[in-house]
Amino acid sequence: MSARLHALANPARFLRFSRRALPWTAWIATICIVAGAVWGIVFAPPGATPPEGQGETVRIMYVHVPSAWMALFVYACVAAASAGALIWRHPLGHVLARAASPIGACFALLTLATGSLWGAKMWGAWWVWDARLTSVLILFFLYLGHIALTNAFDDPARGARAAAILALVGVVNLPIIKFSVDWWNTLHQPASIIKRTGPAIDAAMLMPLFLMILGFTFYYFTVWLLRARAELAALRTRALKLRLLAA
Amino acid sequence: MDGLAKFLDMGGYAAYVWPALGLTVAVLAGLLIASVKSARRREAELARLEAETGRGDEG
Repeated sequence: MSARLHALANPARFLRFSRRALPWTAWIATICIVAGAVWGIVFAPPGATPPEGQGETVRIMYVHVPSAWMALFVYACVAAASAGALIWRHPLGHVLARAASPIGACFALLTLATGSLWGAKMWGAWWVWDARLTSVLILFFLYLGHIALTNAFDDPARGARAAAILALVGVVNLPIIKFSVDWWNTLHQPASIIKRTGPAIDAAMLMPLFLMILGFTFYYFTVWLLRARAELAALRTRALKLRLLAA
Repeated sequence: MDGLAKFLDMGGYAAYVWPALGLTVAVLAGLLIASVKSARRREAELARLEAETGRGDEG
């Protein structure tokens, strides 16, 4: 009991930090997303004329690629927070992992849905079991599993620990997703941005894309901080109620 | 006006592009709103409980 109270004393600094940081992350996210979306969807050039190129469907890239990047990045954050909690007993580890997971699940879902809409026209298929799509679907299931495990036990500490172990076990999926288009014969487009020879995308599209990625990242920080604050409040409420019951 | 119609048409792919963009806005806005409401609710409950027990302190 006293260990838990000691852990709750630390988060005061996080609460002060998040209160100061939130307006910044929110504004940066808004400006980047609005600027990136208008630039990419209205002003940037379309892809090459179909059937050789993507035509106007390339507009989907400006939400699909940032969502995919976030789905991976958020999972890395969940795994890092879980490692912090399990290995170093960081008091905020489980809170941060729990707060981040639903956000990552949303990004994974958006990746799959927007990708599906994009592929329906470009590939003539809503879904294929190729390496990248399948591994991103698995990523989505890992997120769902993480959320479910968190809430599966009466004792929140047990749920947090089980979920943290799942998060770490699932980390192997990240390099699989990233390199899937290199290791296997996939229908999904090969690596176009992070390549040894530099990006394969036109600069006129790359800039708004980077703005969208930056915007989505700061959106994630905003929602993550909000959810972490909510988690900390819930933890403290629970601790107070337990203490009242014991008194 | 003709330019707007052409833009909305998305080269004939409107049925794929706009739902993709719209779904993104809907999910991200929904998540944000849910998170804000949850944070407010939890913090209000904590504030009330701390006031009752006389133990308010952290930021």
